[in-house]
Amino acid sequence: MKRRGFDAQLLVLLALGLFFLALPQFIHSSFWLGFWTMALFFALLGQSWNVLGGFGGQISFGHAVFFGTGAYMSAVLQVKFGIDAWTSAAVAVGAGALVGAFIGAVSFRYGLRGSYFALVTLAFAEVFRVLVNAWDFTGAGFGMLIALKPGAANLQFVDRVWFYYLILALVAITLAIAWWIEHSRFGAYLIAVREDEDAAQALGINCFRVKLAAITLSAALAALAGIFYMQYFLFVDSHIAYGPAMSINALLAPMIGGMGTVLGPLIGAVALGGLSEFTSAAIGKTPGVNLLAYGILLLIILRFLPNGLMGLFRGRA
Amino acid sequence: MLHIINFAHGSVLMMALYAGYFLFSLFGVDPYVAILILAPLFFCLGYALQRFVIAPISFGKEQNVLLVTLALSIILDNLALFLWTSTTRSIDVSYAENLVDVGVTMVALPRLVALGAAIVIGLLFWLLMTWTDLGKAIRAVARERQGARIVGISVDHIFAMSFGIGTACVAIAACLLLPTFYVTPQVGNAFILIAFTTVVLGGMGSFIGALVAGLLLGIVEALSGILLGESLGQIGIFLIFILVLLFRPTGLFGQRAL
Repeated sequence: MKRRGFDAQLLVLLALGLFFLALPQFIHSSFWLGFWTMALFFALLGQSWNVLGGFGGQISFGHAVFFGTGAYMSAVLQVKFGIDAWTSAAVAVGAGALVGAFIGAVSFRYGLRGSYFALVTLAFAEVFRVLVNAWDFTGAGFGMLIALKPGAANLQFVDRVWFYYLILALVAITLAIAWWIEHSRFGAYLIAVREDEDAAQALGINCFRVKLAAITLSAALAALAGIFYMQYFLFVDSHIAYGPAMSINALLAPMIGGMGTVLGPLIGAVALGGLSEFTSAAIGKTPGVNLLAYGILLLIILRFLPNGLMGLFRGRA
Repeated sequence: MLHIINFAHGSVLMMALYAGYFLFSLFGVDPYVAILILAPLFFCLGYALQRFVIAPISFGKEQNVLLVTLALSIILDNLALFLWTSTTRSIDVSYAENLVDVGVTMVALPRLVALGAAIVIGLLFWLLMTWTDLGKAIRAVARERQGARIVGISVDHIFAMSFGIGTACVAIAACLLLPTFYVTPQVGNAFILIAFTTVVLGGMGSFIGALVAGLLLGIVEALSGILLGESLGQIGIFLIFILVLLFRPTGLFGQRAL
């Protein structure tokens, strides 16, 4: 049984990979290319949240803190220190992981669980937002702008299709990580912590270290999403980077798609992107409409599909 | 009190501010008179919300409550954005600028009224919790849910009642704020962490704690605003929130661990 499910999942992953690789051949409008690029971006952000929230059961309301650190770190290094984009990106991932490790260390050391962990992550994101917004070095209220210098060395592409392939590669890496988590000893520990932390502790699992590893990994991936965002839009400000909206975006995709599943965040991100386009087509581009639809969808999912859209497939298999 | 962490609290406040705003601008109802309309209305709203939306969807799990109320706040905030756009609105009442001499300094009248009302409500709250059957039932449910059910308390009803009381208080707070404040669809976010901080700092379920914590936070906010400047000043509240959660999760007056 286990063996068969394992093979089916690999097949689905392979088919999806082929589909996404071939997709640009069939897209000729920049609109749809942008749509799929952003869907994959939200899949990346969602997967980073999923590592901690889905597999580890540690619901974070402040994933923007890692996302923003990645975005700001890469921007500051490039703009203020003239460091090239690739090195900046590498350092920024490290910085994101470090922030994750720090927040994880203090909040897990003092035993914050459940809602309290969620609230403390939100508070950390707000602290970073205020700091970045107040500090001239990080552009204060104006945000950070990277100069347009196209070229692979600067991680900027004139042909936007390369951004698509870049984010596709990043999503593929996170899918591999999620798949590894599902099949590794570390993942088993993490899921044990989610299901019953006290029992896991009693069985000899070092819950603190497992959770710390999860939040560090999760933060590094969120920072990666931030770096991509920075290179794609070349602009970020404190509200985009550290505001609650980005934290909510991070948790929506895995919530809708299915928490603690390999494919959930990707499916959720594509579903949300589609819903957003559908509502703007149906009701118009009034601000707030797509988020309104997200909120309603989230309520429906929580009520009827606690395992997300993935629950639909799992029930049948 | 019941360890319900309601993420939609800020959004409910925002909705109440809008309700007060429209009552004033369309029908000329004074915000203080509007309390009489909005408090019962929001009580019913809160009761229904808990009983028919939050409770059935969350299946009684604490983390789901957080997510359901988060979804509700997304819905409410964006509904407001959709219906009323992001324009900042405020009302103009004749007494907003009236200053009262309180000996040491001059205070705007609406703020003084708000202070008085807060103390009165705090007192009423305390009376409700200590002397009425409802208060006893709420305390019983908070302490021992199964036991309360066994002695015949309808736990669902009590949860919804306390939720309703909470939203009614939010509506009153909105009416008190309105003369000196403004409304936008995002206004709730500014309050939500402050409200959580007050409760956590004071100790969950402690009224005196919440009152003292509220005063303390007011002082901290004013001081950090003076010392650190306008934009950096907001950081004080968040830092206190983090520190309290980490080092004294029972708050100043709370007895029970989380």
